[in-house]
Amino acid sequence: MDKTDPVEELYREEIMDHYQNPRNFGKIRDADVSYQDYNPVCGDEITMQLKMENGTVKEAMFTGKGCAISQAAASMLTEEIGGKSAKGIVAMKQDEMLKIIRINPGPVRIKCAMLALRAVQKGIVQYEANRVREAK
Amino acid sequence: MINAKKIREDFPILKRKVYGKPLVYLDNAATTQKPVQVIQAMNYYYENYNSNVHRAVHKLSQEATVEYDEAHEKVAKFIAATGMEEVIFTKNTTESLNLAANSLSQQLKKGDEIVLTQMEHHSNIVPWQQAAKRTGAKLRFLEIDGNGELKLQHNSATSGMCNRTSSDLQLPQLMSKKTKIVAFTHVSNVLGTINPAKEIIAAAKEAGAITVLDAAQSVPHMPVDVKKLDCDFMAFSAHKMLGPTGIGVLYGKQELLEKMEPLLYGGDMISEVSFQDAKWNELPWKFEAGTPNVAGAVGLTAAVDYLEGIGVENIHEHEKMLTKMAMEKLRQIDELTIYGPEAARRGGLVSFNINGIHPHDVSAMLDAEGIAVRGGHHCAMPLAKLLGITGTARASFYLYNTQEEIEKLAEALETAAAKMKKMAARTA
Repeated sequence: MDKTDPVEELYREEIMDHYQNPRNFGKIRDADVSYQDYNPVCGDEITMQLKMENGTVKEAMFTGKGCAISQAAASMLTEEIGGKSAKGIVAMKQDEMLKIIRINPGPVRIKCAMLALRAVQKGIVQYEANRVREAK
Repeated sequence: MINAKKIREDFPILKRKVYGKPLVYLDNAATTQKPVQVIQAMNYYYENYNSNVHRAVHKLSQEATVEYDEAHEKVAKFIAATGMEEVIFTKNTTESLNLAANSLSQQLKKGDEIVLTQMEHHSNIVPWQQAAKRTGAKLRFLEIDGNGELKLQHNSATSGMCNRTSSDLQLPQLMSKKTKIVAFTHVSNVLGTINPAKEIIAAAKEAGAITVLDAAQSVPHMPVDVKKLDCDFMAFSAHKMLGPTGIGVLYGKQELLEKMEPLLYGGDMISEVSFQDAKWNELPWKFEAGTPNVAGAVGLTAAVDYLEGIGVENIHEHEKMLTKMAMEKLRQIDELTIYGPEAARRGGLVSFNINGIHPHDVSAMLDAEGIAVRGGHHCAMPLAKLLGITGTARASFYLYNTQEEIEKLAEALETAAAKMKKMAARTA
């Protein structure tokens, strides 16, 4: 197989594997964090859910539909963030996400790659805000 | 028949390579490439007579003003409008539709109805949604059938495809005395469907409604005559017809435009201003507040000249040939679904999906071959939802596309489908 084939590079085996056999796909009963987000560029949709314990992620799950990049990225992210602190996840930057999925999706499809992280970050911020409000 | 190979020589960008492969540009429904005649006309304006219009009396401004005004005249002739009074320059089709929706909705009241179709672009849905929210009017949608064509009832005696006249179209049940506005697309940017505009407009007229035609996908590709259609308003963009981005058109019947309120207020759209009040300028300037896109108008003029030189009817025939060929080729590919009506009843575009592959992934695979298509919901999310899909990949054609390019598209799609199948097998 030609290693420089851009299609092979973008849709490398690991991406296709996660796309076709997504990990942690499903819903969490009584999730603490639940956030649905869309990528209007190509109509991807992701719902990220977390169960939290002492400020860290106890369980991460997702549901959604969309392109291989967006769905594989979500699957890979759920594997990555277990045990991570809420703060740490909110602080995650684009390059860290790209390190997880190990592809360079280019300037347009970066939105597909970033959808899951953006959703979980927005979900955590919302969750923290609610907790502050309830504490008052 | 037109000579696409010869035409290509006028388009510098078509000499470009993408990933070392010749560019195959099949995203013309999104925007079209520009011939050197358009690029040069705009350069010439900036290098020789750039100035503001309708104000200063100096030589440059005189030249620019003449060109800018004549651009309106040129467009009016192109679509068979009465004159430049009926041609308003906007930013794009979206702004044209917003202008229409904003100004027309000022007459609406609770209980009135606006009729759209299920195949509208967001730009012909969202402005009307907002108008409905402001006024209490109700939105209703003409439905589409399994072929992606509007369900319109015809008198059974004359229901043959040929010889239809406007009176054969029974008033669709949706239209009634409550119907105040009927706004619809001439050619669907997703399905390619050419809607029977003349018949729908006639039916709308019977109900006493104002008609607004989204012609973004028709004016660049086929002869469109506003007099024959008898539409009240029509919107389209220069950049989809070889012209520059940033300039669009709203055509409106003069007597209706006279009665309408502007969308934007400011310079050039007034005739007299006091500290407390203002009077509006004459048409079309009443609707063109602020310094306009003069270079854009110059480019649009050059684009219309170019299209008229080739002949829009010839372009339509050329696209029909390419579309028919593309549909025949693509049908050969396993697992490929084509959306919309048969080739004879659609504009120059084909939307499709390969089973199990997201349209964006299909687009990325074609991109790797230098083939530019669009993937996604094409700014028609309600339609995609109705079809039960997240989107489609779309190849759309224009006068410079060749049969060889259609061959390349078909080959690349076949390879992509096979590659995906192989990868799926490997990871299963």
